[in-house]
Amino acid sequence: MIEWVWLAVLFPFVGFLANGWLAFRHPRATAAVSATGVGVLVAAFAVAVAVALSYAGAHGHEPVVVPLWAWLPVGSLDVWLAFQVDQLSLVMLVMVTGVSLLIHIFSVGYMRADPGYARYFAYLNLFVFFMLVLVLGASFPILFIGWEGVGLCSYLLIGFWYRDKVNADAGKKAFLMNRIGDAGYLLAMFWIFQETGSLAFGEVFETAPRELAIGGPTITGITLLLFLACTGKSAQIPLYTWLPDAMAGPTPVSALIHAATMVTAGVYLVARTNVLFAMAPVSSAVVAGVGALTALWAASIALKQWDIKKVLAYSTVSQLGYMFLGVGVGAIASGMFHLLTHAFFKALLFLGSGSVIHAMHHAYHHSHRHEDAQDMRNMGGLRRWMPWTAGVMWVATFAIAGVPGFSGFFSKDEILAMTFAKGHEHALFYVLWAVGVVVALMTAFYMTRMMLYTFHGPNRTGDQEQGHLHEAPWVMTGPLVVLAVLAAVGGVLNLPHVLPGAAWLHHWLEPATAAGDFFKPEVHLGAGTEWLLLGLATAIAAVGILGAWRLLHPETLRPAAEAGAETGLARILYRKWYVDEIYDAVVVRPLVWVSEKFLWKGVDAGVIDGAGVNGSARVARGIGAIGSWLQTGQVGTYVFFFVVGVLLILRAVTRA
Amino acid sequence: MLLGPALGLSAVLFAIGVGGVLLRRNAIVIFMCVELMLNAVNLSFIALAQQIGPEGQVIVFFVMAVAAAEAAVGLAVILAVYRHQESVNLQDLNLLRG
Repeated sequence: MIEWVWLAVLFPFVGFLANGWLAFRHPRATAAVSATGVGVLVAAFAVAVAVALSYAGAHGHEPVVVPLWAWLPVGSLDVWLAFQVDQLSLVMLVMVTGVSLLIHIFSVGYMRADPGYARYFAYLNLFVFFMLVLVLGASFPILFIGWEGVGLCSYLLIGFWYRDKVNADAGKKAFLMNRIGDAGYLLAMFWIFQETGSLAFGEVFETAPRELAIGGPTITGITLLLFLACTGKSAQIPLYTWLPDAMAGPTPVSALIHAATMVTAGVYLVARTNVLFAMAPVSSAVVAGVGALTALWAASIALKQWDIKKVLAYSTVSQLGYMFLGVGVGAIASGMFHLLTHAFFKALLFLGSGSVIHAMHHAYHHSHRHEDAQDMRNMGGLRRWMPWTAGVMWVATFAIAGVPGFSGFFSKDEILAMTFAKGHEHALFYVLWAVGVVVALMTAFYMTRMMLYTFHGPNRTGDQEQGHLHEAPWVMTGPLVVLAVLAAVGGVLNLPHVLPGAAWLHHWLEPATAAGDFFKPEVHLGAGTEWLLLGLATAIAAVGILGAWRLLHPETLRPAAEAGAETGLARILYRKWYVDEIYDAVVVRPLVWVSEKFLWKGVDAGVIDGAGVNGSARVARGIGAIGSWLQTGQVGTYVFFFVVGVLLILRAVTRA
Repeated sequence: MLLGPALGLSAVLFAIGVGGVLLRRNAIVIFMCVELMLNAVNLSFIALAQQIGPEGQVIVFFVMAVAAAEAAVGLAVILAVYRHQESVNLQDLNLLRG
């Protein structure tokens, strides 16, 4: 069964072709589009599960590479289109196809009334195709195809409602920010090829430890360039600003691409290349540091956002920071564990917010008012109309806030525990651990704040609109319930060592991360410390949730249209630390200025147009003027020159 | 045997022809000067044939035949130009000026 893994990749692509064709020919054939769009995902998920089961049953620990054909046989570079099936890619494969399937089903309800329904599903299928190429690729170039492809689909789906300039701009911003990171990936790839002579994962990870000095400048440079790519794709400082803007796309897209799958590609890349990162302790520390800093930074912004999707977006950036903290301290399994649980609860949160926005949008649509359907100040008390949505979103909130028993509790605690354990090596990691604890507190706080303002207290939507608020149809709540179950019990995948049935995911991933582990000193926590950390995490979650419950008063909130401006620190946080403005002043404006004044008016208009194009025309015209001056049209002149010529020839001949 | 004077006369005639072509403006006169140059060349062929062999005389016949054809075509061209331009002055015929 393992060699049939390419079927999982092929199915979404077929779905893309079919839906793309329908989008051009029969854009209103919603039944056919839904059947194709969801059907191919069911097939892909089935293949994924079958492959995973047969791999698990094969008793082998070695990665299985499934070659399809030689893609770039050029000299000593021989890149095969090949898929790698191992513990790491299987975890991602099953997660991606499973979550995608649920979000596709949700989209059937969410996007039903949209005129671009077929186009939407074509893009979504294409995204899954590229994501699976990314996950399964057995070499750096193949992974890069998926890496670029998901970026393309992200761009297409952020700007899905491209008639609004804001959305198109957000798409462009995402694309350009990612381009900076991708340059890092390309450079890292070239460098790796130069040093190891290969680009296939298996060979690189075997050659690199032999050829390269551990901790040397080469491996540090390569891994830092790879991490630059990760900061772009996974929205870490300094390239994170595109992700909150990416919320301009349809909400299921935010759930699928900008929370559960694509943005975790950076974490996956670090996990995939964990051998290289293990050889470069400096880079690993940078990964952990940037991750912790991003987690803190984004969490602080999330505290004061009013747009429900913006809260979730910054929360995603923050949680991605946690994952990088995990993989940065060498706890690959912990990072991947948090990636998995985050995929469940964050997809659930986004889909739940989509369900809320759907209801709000309908309500305002009925009364023809143009209020912001995503602003929490316009919500409040929605649990009365949307009990299912409110319930599942509370489950997800408990999960992300780290309430004991829920999935996020275990995954977040494990990352923090591993960071704490790493503190024996270097005191820096104690600082990172403290940052992580503070972020956990902030996470519990802002998530409870979001839930309070959205679902509790009095309703602020408006008297006319209240009657039109309603629960989403089952096709939307169904996937929510499935995800809620996963978000609640996902923690059993990797229970802490002190509990029975411990660390399944850790042991499962061990073969894939063992090579990297070889270079790391053993970290071990005593059972007492582990219990202490679990207790601390519980206390943190309780303080965050109860604190928000006590400190915030949804009944005093005013609707967005009547709300006063923020002041002081709240304003700075609401304006996201003014990072967009700073980037605009430091990068965008100078770049635009240089482009316009120097590159356009100077180089392009002056040198290329002036000297190059017009200059060569002027030279040709000058030579032509001399030539045409000889052409008098007078026969006499021609004869004169003719005779002079004959005389000169005669003279030359007679001399000889 | 009169070779020197014959070639000298030929050269003089040829020079007169060239001078005429260079200096005169009337197409008919220039045409006549061209004929003069042809015949100057004929004269030198004849003169040299005396010493070298009959080939020169053969070429003279060819030249005369070509000259006759040229006269027919050339006069026809001049006539056509005159009908078109009301002039056979070459200074008026400058359509090819660059």
